Amino acid sequence: MYKILYREDLTPNIHLFKIEAPAVAKKARAGQFVILMVDEKGERFPLTIADWDRKEGSVSIVFMEVGTSTQKLAKLKAGDSLYAFIGPLGVPTEVEKFGTVVCVAGGFATAIVVPVAKALKQAGNKIISIMGFRNKDLMFWEDKLKACSDELIICTDDGSYGRKALVTEPLKEVLERKEKIDRVIAIGPTIMMKFASATTKPFGVKTIVSLNPIMVDGTGMCGCCRVEVGGKTEFTCVNGPDFDGHKVDWDVLMARQKSYTDEEKRSLALWQEMCKSRMGGKA
Amino acid sequence: MAEKMNLNRVPMPKQEPKVRARNFKEVAQGYTPEMALEEAKRCLQCKKRNCVEGCPVNVRIPEFILALREGRMADAVKELKTNNALPGICGRVCPQETQCESKCTLGKKGAPIAIGRLERFVADWERALPSSQKPPTQIAPPTGKRVAVVGSGPAGLTCAADLAKLGHKVTLFEALHVAGGVLMYGIPEFRLPKEIVQNEVQYVKSLGVDIRLNSVIGKIDTVDELLAAGYDAVFLGTGAGLPMFLNIPGENLNGIYSANEFLTRTNLMKAYLFPEFDTPIKRGKKVAVIGGGNVAMDSARCALRLGAEEVYIVYRRSREEMPARAEEVENAEEEGIIFKFLTNPRKFIGNAQGWVTAMECDEMELGEPDASGRRRPVVKPGGGITMNVDTVVVALGTTPNPLVPSTTKGLETTKKGTVVADEATGKTVKDKVWAGGDVVTGAATVISAMGAGKRAAAAIDAYLKGR
Repeated sequence: MYKILYREDLTPNIHLFKIEAPAVAKKARAGQFVILMVDEKGERFPLTIADWDRKEGSVSIVFMEVGTSTQKLAKLKAGDSLYAFIGPLGVPTEVEKFGTVVCVAGGFATAIVVPVAKALKQAGNKIISIMGFRNKDLMFWEDKLKACSDELIICTDDGSYGRKALVTEPLKEVLERKEKIDRVIAIGPTIMMKFASATTKPFGVKTIVSLNPIMVDGTGMCGCCRVEVGGKTEFTCVNGPDFDGHKVDWDVLMARQKSYTDEEKRSLALWQEMCKSRMGGKA
Repeated sequence: MAEKMNLNRVPMPKQEPKVRARNFKEVAQGYTPEMALEEAKRCLQCKKRNCVEGCPVNVRIPEFILALREGRMADAVKELKTNNALPGICGRVCPQETQCESKCTLGKKGAPIAIGRLERFVADWERALPSSQKPPTQIAPPTGKRVAVVGSGPAGLTCAADLAKLGHKVTLFEALHVAGGVLMYGIPEFRLPKEIVQNEVQYVKSLGVDIRLNSVIGKIDTVDELLAAGYDAVFLGTGAGLPMFLNIPGENLNGIYSANEFLTRTNLMKAYLFPEFDTPIKRGKKVAVIGGGNVAMDSARCALRLGAEEVYIVYRRSREEMPARAEEVENAEEEGIIFKFLTNPRKFIGNAQGWVTAMECDEMELGEPDASGRRRPVVKPGGGITMNVDTVVVALGTTPNPLVPSTTKGLETTKKGTVVADEATGKTVKDKVWAGGDVVTGAATVISAMGAGKRAAAAIDAYLKGR
């Protein structure tokens, strides 16, 4: 079993779990993901690795409560265990000395951008980071991203902290500076990655995105996570999750992400009903 | 011996087609003790044991049948399990008609003895016993040698069981959250109940095999790291888990599944019990399954049980060329699956939301035989047909997952991605590494994988004992 060693609530609905998983910790690298199951009846779903500690044998994940699986996960406390925890899966993010790299983080994906920015910084790159949140209350890890960035630009949709802007605005401005930008890493909600890629395209700067399609096994077996990149079908779980954002067919990805919208609603309603009746029973 | 030999086999009770097409319970319900006895009586106990030769793991067929009909059930179990660690599984999914039963002397004049059904009967008899009463298995004294087996499908389970019985310390690594490989994710509940698979996995565990779930070799330790960590030998039984697609326009539309995904959601993740289980599946009304093998039959029959109104098997050749077992084709037809032969999809059509709505197909005709010996399907000029469908399952076959081969130095692989290994021993070109099952042959049967696991276990044992 995979024990939760530590839990931290980064915001009311974004949580960090440090999981005991020495075999995964031993090999984890920035950009890779794990597949987990909360309980025996749960879904297998992917989460990108936020941090790891090889000595302690732990892997940290950060997730936002969205549907049944993440809400179930959020009910767990330190000391509880996960039913399954598999990784490290996928190809690690390409890390070498590119020169100047812009790291764009959208919302809770900041947790995944941090290890990537850290690795790129260690490889000798100059890091300009842009982080965007809907509002100030949803923000976390400003300090962590700052620590591995030469420059950090913060924006919120409503202007409650930093600039009032979407990440694409400062991204465009950075690209318009005289400075040569060698690579952009953009990780966040699919729509943000799509627009970040559209923003960088006219500048011809290679842009890496980390895709998040629906997965089942995560090892190349089912093909549920297939995406179209440069006109070719790729399995995100084994050939990704990082791809060239200029080549991704975003419409196919977004349509496939909505495959189970109705079922997800039904499942969530049932789960919330169950939680309510359980609470009622106790009172 | 005045009684006249019955040339017909005792039929096995099955759920009625109309009923079973709407539930996931086992279709074939097994012999009663009376039926088993009656069928066992037909065995001629031939001196020349052709049936045993027809079995890839050489099950002691005449011996277990004799014990069964003499009422020595514990002996029947022992005889059966001497060469087969997974009899409950084999009794259900082996293609006996092309193996042991095809060699049966009775087959010359009438129906061969129903070896598979009797095997199943004996295995099920044992399963029903309380664990304290199960006949014990002899395990050799510890040899002090350690073997890593990668993959817990039929090849891996068999190899692990045999090595453990020979006294070696075996660690079995499985990537998924349960052991059993294709027996769990692929073959549906109504053909092979998962409880039976887990029962046989428990048996392998009881032999001392340490099963490590959620362990993706190649991603955690590599094969080289396992060897460096002190394993004396490694067996690769990683199967053929990579699905093939048609590579035609529109294949990434919603509602189009690989058979692996469709079956994994249904069987492994129990999507047919959604929302009690969290994993959903699209319950299509008009479903097309592309392909003519057993996996296509399984997918079609699952779709029916998920509530489809019409399920089509779309196959580019004709009935005779279908690779599926005759019994499975018959089961599918009885349940109302519609076969569309000489039809091959060329394009999928979707709606504005990205869901598949139709499939354009070419009509085919058979030309000259191809490399497989079957007549090659060629497109009939002009026309074609359009089928309205809301779900498509692509069951064209699978190739080996490159995860382990690509992370193992010095392993030889073919263009098809299979690992090169000696047929008799499973030895690869890499020192201390053996392989067997679908990773070597490409997608084949459960029993042929078990046979490969068994031969490799014998070869590994000989190597470890310095012979």
